[in-house]
Order: sequence, then structure tokens, then C-alpha cells
Amino acid sequence: MKRRSLLAGAAAFLATGCSKLAETGPVSSLLSSVEDWNKGLHDLLGRRKALAPEFSLEDISPVFRGNGTTDPQDAAYKAHLAAGFAEWRLGVTGLVSTPLSLTLDEVKALPQRTQITRHDCVEGWSAIGQWTGPQLAHILEMAGVKPEARFIVFHCADTLNGSAYYESVDLVDAFHPQTIIAHSLNGEPLPVKNGAPLRMRIERQLGYKHAKYLTGIEAVASLEEIGAGKGGYWEDRTGYQWYAGI
Amino acid sequence: MTKPAAQRKHALPTRLWHWLNAACLIGLFMSGLGISNAHPRLYWGNYGFDRADAWLHLIRFPNWMTIPGHYSLAEARLWHLLLAWPFAFGLLLFMAVSLVNRHFIRDLVTRPREWRWGAVRADIVKHLRLDFRHDGVKFNFLQKGSYGVVIFILLPLMIFTGLAMSPGMDANWPWLLDIFFGRQSARSIHFLCAWTLVGFLVVHLVLVLLSGPIRQIRDMITGGRMQEDRP
Repeated sequence: MKRRSLLAGAAAFLATGCSKLAETGPVSSLLSSVEDWNKGLHDLLGRRKALAPEFSLEDISPVFRGNGTTDPQDAAYKAHLAAGFAEWRLGVTGLVSTPLSLTLDEVKALPQRTQITRHDCVEGWSAIGQWTGPQLAHILEMAGVKPEARFIVFHCADTLNGSAYYESVDLVDAFHPQTIIAHSLNGEPLPVKNGAPLRMRIERQLGYKHAKYLTGIEAVASLEEIGAGKGGYWEDRTGYQWYAGI
Repeated sequence: MTKPAAQRKHALPTRLWHWLNAACLIGLFMSGLGISNAHPRLYWGNYGFDRADAWLHLIRFPNWMTIPGHYSLAEARLWHLLLAWPFAFGLLLFMAVSLVNRHFIRDLVTRPREWRWGAVRADIVKHLRLDFRHDGVKFNFLQKGSYGVVIFILLPLMIFTGLAMSPGMDANWPWLLDIFFGRQSARSIHFLCAWTLVGFLVVHLVLVLLSGPIRQIRDMITGGRMQEDRP
């Protein structure tokens, strides 16, 4: 018993020691630079242009779990849901030469890509689904992204714990061929829990990057002015890494 | 007193790696338990999220076992992904150096006669009698076997199953999913290998305690001398 409490004590000492260490300047900056090493490694291996593995129809998971917001309570969203998203608009704004405001029908009329991909949650689980929608690259080319733009921000209709959900990616991910704005899952319109009527698919990054209930796409030069400045809802709130490729 | 490196019981690169690796493994294990707490179920294949899909339901590991010492998936991931770098590249460097300085060939490669059942049985009996004399060779068969399994199988498996869980890595190296039967299988293998390593650590520590802990630990720090190991 004594040995066990000694072991527990040593482990607890390590654990709290690490937490204290993480608050010091050098260790904290070391911890936050890991994200750059991971991104650097993925840059080095395939310039982050490699395609995420795609699966076949029989690999699709029987249900696709919804996580985070699964039933937005925002009044505006509920009104859109009741109206069958007939008045839903996808805005394309910020550092673009032609700002756009697209209806769902216009989004569906663009050239489409269908892909069966695996969705990996930061928590550890995975689901496989078939997604359909236009490539973000196509929409960004329609709008004409200005040369000073460095990031694409995704604005969402849902608020989680009192803050608007948002996410962002760099231009490598924004123009990746598998980065699509999905309106369908497994051949059906998106269920509410999975982000109806539109959500991002940022394959090759973890689930929290795949913004749901998408209302706007904004091209920006810096993420500092958006939210708390770290590039996403969870990044601002809990310290998840902005680059979520690992 | 200055002895040539070859006559030391443990070469400097071996000692450096041993302690770096020990520190990394403890940190990785504890932060890994923190990550496990975010979704304490294991699956086989490419996907898994449902209770019914799980082949193993884990416990929620208590805070004293996790880094940080409270539930934070974000912080646990930061520590885990930080320590993964010195762990992986430390092993790679240790392997390269141990090929060059002949540590692997001299001390870890087994001879055919060591595989004979009579010889293995004799080793086991000697261990059970807590007789740790080595008759001039550095490691006996059981040591070579367990160190070999750890260095060449378990530690590389930890690294590659870890990489297989990264969606960015899967795009670059899709064969990771083929060799581990999918991302959720890789996660399961990662977990099983981690606990197997804990099992190794326990046996390793018990044997160090039984075979003269002060001398063993001192030798792993200073290098020690070959002669002292002989009766």
C-alpha cells in the first residue's frame, strides 16, 4: 500500500510538475512550436498536397456521429431549418475582387466532387461518409482571391457555449482538391447533426476544422482580428492546435 | 582511471538514449492516458465511435496517472506530440549509432546455440534462482530477447501506429493504414503496445532491484566497467 501511494505520489508530482512547467515561457513556447514541426513534417513529405485516402461504398460507417453542436438553438438557424433552407446564403467576402452571395441551388449547380473519406475526431473516434459538394477552390476562383490574402475563414450559424463557431485554414488547404463545401452525406441532404445545409470538408485535418452550418467564407491576411485570434473556436477556447493534421 | 570506451559496460550513446527514452516513455504514457480519457473505447478497422462497435471499454484513468494532472485533451496532446519527436528521432539515432559502434551486433544478436531449448531453460532457471552472473557475455538470452523485442518491435510499433492516427500522415503515407488494418486498429495496437512496454518496465525495474540496483543504476549513468559484471 505504501509503495502504491509512493507511485501515485510520484506520478502526481510529475503531472502537476508538467502543468507548472507548461506555464513557464520557454516550455510554453516549445509546446506551441510543436504544431509548426508537425506542419513542417507534412509539408516536407508531400507539400501538403497529397490526397487523403478515399474509401469505397461498403466502407461507409452505418451512422455518422454528430459532435460539438448537433442541434443549433439559434433563432435564425431554426427559422432557416423550418423554411427548408430556401433563403440560406453562402457569403464569400473579405479580400476577394468579387464578393458573392450564393443560394443553395447555386452551390449545387457548380461542378461537384463526391468523395468517401474518413473523419477523425480529436477525441479519437473515426467515421466514414460520402460527401458531395463543390470544391472550395472553384468558389474562391469565382470570387478572385486577392494576393494579400493568406487564410480562409469559415463562419458558422451555430453558437457553442455563447460564442460563434468559426474555423480557418491556409491557402494550401483551401485550394486542395478534396476541400469541398458539402451539401450531401451518403447521397442525402446533410442531417442537422452533421451541419445542414452546408459544411466544410477539410480532409487530412481533424474534425474540429470541418466547420458546420456554414454561412460565410472570408479571405483574410491575418487571423488576429477574428474571434480571439487563434484561428478557430476550439483554438481560442481550449488550446487545440490550429494545424490539426495530427 | 580513464578506460577506453570499448571496455565500458554501457557506451555513452547507449546511456544517453536510455535515459532520454525512459523520460520520453513516461511522459508519453501519462499524456497518452490523458488522451485516452477523451474517448475511452477501442475499435478495430477504419472507423469506430459507437459503444456497440468497441472491442474494449477502457476505464477513465485517474488524474494522478495523466499529464496534465487534470482533464485537458488539448494539453495532453501538446505534451504527447512534443515528446513524440525526441522519442522517435532518439530511437532512430540510437539505432544508427548502435549499428556503427557494433552495440547491436556485439551485445544483442543471438547465436544459434542460445536458441536451443536446453540453453533457454537454463537461462530461465538461473533467472528464477536470482542468479544474474553472465559468464563473460554482457547479456543473456532472455535479456537479448526482451531488449530486442522492445527496441526493434515495440518502440517502432508505437511510432508507426502513432503516425497512422494522423490524418495528414495517412495522406502522405497511405500504406500506414494497410499495415495496421485501418486507423482505429492502429489506435488499438498503439494502446496495447504502450501497456506491453509498461509490463517490460515493471519486469526491468524488478530485475534491476534484484541484481544490485545501486551498481546497475550507477553503471547506466557512468558507464561502469565490463569486469565488474563478472563473478
